[in-house]
Amino acid sequence: MFKILEKKDLNSEVVYQKIYAPLIAKKCEPGQFIILRVNEAGERIPLTIEDYDREEGWVSIVFQKVGKTTLLLGSLNAGDQILDFVGPLGKASDTEDMKNVCVVGGGLGCAIALPQSKKLLKSGAHVDLIAGFRNRDLVILEDEMKKASSNFFLMTDDGSAGTKGVVTVKLKELIDAGNKYDTVIAVGPLVMMKFVSLLTKEYGIRTIVSMNPIMIDGTGMCGGCRLTVDGKTVFACVDGPDFDGHKVNFDEAMRRLTMYKEKEKHSCNLFRGIE
Amino acid sequence: MADLNMSLKKTPMPEQEPDVRNKNFEEVSTGYTALMAHEEAMRCLNCKNRPCVAGCPVNVAIPDFIQAVAENRIEDAYLIITNTNSLPAVCGRVCPQESQCELPCVRGKKGEPVGIGRLERYVADYMLLNHPDDKKETVKAAAKGIKVAVVGSGPSGLTCASDLCDMGYDVTVFEALHKAGGVLVYGIPEFRLPKVIVEKEINRLIEKGVKVCVDTVIGKTLTIQELRDDGFEAIFIGSGAGLPNFMNIPGESLNGVFSANEFLTRTNLMKAYRSDYDTPIFFGDHVAVVGGGNVAMDCARAAKRLGAERVSIIYRRSEQEMPARIEEVHHAKEEGIEFHILTNPTQIIGENGWVKAIECVKMELSEPGPDGRRKPVVIPGSEFVTDVSSVIIAIGTSPNPLIKNTTEGLETNRHGCIVADDETGQTSIPYIFAGGDTVTGAATVILAMGAGKKSAVAIDNYLKGCYHE
Repeated sequence: MFKILEKKDLNSEVVYQKIYAPLIAKKCEPGQFIILRVNEAGERIPLTIEDYDREEGWVSIVFQKVGKTTLLLGSLNAGDQILDFVGPLGKASDTEDMKNVCVVGGGLGCAIALPQSKKLLKSGAHVDLIAGFRNRDLVILEDEMKKASSNFFLMTDDGSAGTKGVVTVKLKELIDAGNKYDTVIAVGPLVMMKFVSLLTKEYGIRTIVSMNPIMIDGTGMCGGCRLTVDGKTVFACVDGPDFDGHKVNFDEAMRRLTMYKEKEKHSCNLFRGIE
Repeated sequence: MADLNMSLKKTPMPEQEPDVRNKNFEEVSTGYTALMAHEEAMRCLNCKNRPCVAGCPVNVAIPDFIQAVAENRIEDAYLIITNTNSLPAVCGRVCPQESQCELPCVRGKKGEPVGIGRLERYVADYMLLNHPDDKKETVKAAAKGIKVAVVGSGPSGLTCASDLCDMGYDVTVFEALHKAGGVLVYGIPEFRLPKVIVEKEINRLIEKGVKVCVDTVIGKTLTIQELRDDGFEAIFIGSGAGLPNFMNIPGESLNGVFSANEFLTRTNLMKAYRSDYDTPIFFGDHVAVVGGGNVAMDCARAAKRLGAERVSIIYRRSEQEMPARIEEVHHAKEEGIEFHILTNPTQIIGENGWVKAIECVKMELSEPGPDGRRKPVVIPGSEFVTDVSSVIIAIGTSPNPLIKNTTEGLETNRHGCIVADDETGQTSIPYIFAGGDTVTGAATVILAMGAGKKSAVAIDNYLKGCYHE
């Protein structure tokens, strides 16, 4: 069992939890993920590690309440226990030789991009961070992102906070203004990562995306998380989760993500008590 | 002594009717009654040569335990079996007895061999039912205070752990998934091997002192080196062959194409067939299963039970070459699984990103090659398309590279299998031993158990050597 040490609602949909997991905290690196199962009848879901403290032995996760498992997890509070919590899984993000980076986060993806930004900034790199949200109520971790970047740009779809527009608008603006990024790191919804990658391809800027497909074990066993990258089948859990955004088949990944959509909707409704 | 039973046939084992069982996940065969077990035990000639013992990878003293059954000394029978086999209820069900202990049985020369597997199962089930709390009185050696780690809680790991524990070692088993049992839990379905049996067998190990750590991925959560640094003086790797192979044909990334591992894990480990579990699963009206092994049969029969109207096995050789046990093929056919042999998929056809059909070619077998195996060859122009709603790929698995990639100096072969000594399981790193599918590639439960057993002895010898010096 793994104890929840702290819980915060970052907005109406997004929850932050700090979990006591000393073995994972001891060696996890930005970009890696965990798989958890809330209770005996629960699903196994992958979540990227948001932060960690090796001495105190915790890792934190940030998730959006979109499916039954995340709704259930979100209903747990500090002091409650999670049945299974395994990791760190996947490869750590490779931030070496990155000196001038633009990190692009979309929604929940901002939480996942945060540890990489921190690490880059600490290593002496220049980090521009663009964070996109639908509206001001959904903005999360604004202070943390400011601290983890050289320049911070907030974007909302409706202009209720920061600048109105999607992240690619700002990214294009920054590139056109003469910023010579050696790398763009994009973490967020697949459609956002797809369009960031399309844009940076035009400019020939290396782009790393973080994939989060459906998976069961997270160790290469089920093959459910397979993606097509550069025309080859890869497993996000062991070959990733970071991949070259210019080579990922995003349309296929988006389609594969809808595999259990109907069933998920049904079980969410049951969970919420809506028949 | 009562008269021998000279019937040429095995005492039949009661089974659920095919049309009933293909709609539930309860066990297919319900097992012998005491009377049936006695009747079958009386078929054993208790012959001098005991060829059955040599046929068993863990050398169970088969005639002795059968004699005990014949004399209704079931507890004794159990002690005889468990003297060399730590998982009798499992082996009685899933061992390929027809190609091992029962193959050389003298009774099999004229008629059917003695139903050794069925009797083993009877004895194990009798004990689980009547003496669930019975702590097996093993002659456990005094605690040595020496730590040994076992990586993987499948058949090889559990056997190795059990034997080492009996020798007095302080054994910890590490499991990546949330439940111990490995392939016995995630792979083999409930209707062939009830999970409560696996659980009971594992509980027996825990009761006698084996520690089991689930949710711990060796190669990720902890490395082999970290285990070593933590004071584990020898390590047995029984991490299996968990990496699914795909066919690399067009359409394999469509929604509705699954590896057998994914389909079975959802069904068995994650209990997708039960409404009280959250696990989603998809199959549709017509499920195609590609492959001819036990895993393919398991997928097909599970899909049928989940409610698929049609389930088709697609296999490129003929039925004779199918690696699946004859009994499994027979059961599958009874349950209404269709068999398309000498057929090989060439592409999976999609519609809006979902599986719509599968294109196959017909095959024929060439003359036997140097290895004696007849190769399947495509019959030109034989392409045909069948509508299917999902495709399960069950064409084998390879060992997972997580441990290899994080253990410097650990030698593997070109298939990714750990290179280990045939007799001892010792690897290129002296304190690391390995056995089971991670060494051989996907094989059987009992072979893995045999390897675990050999390594337990070898680890004992190795550690004695270390402490002697």
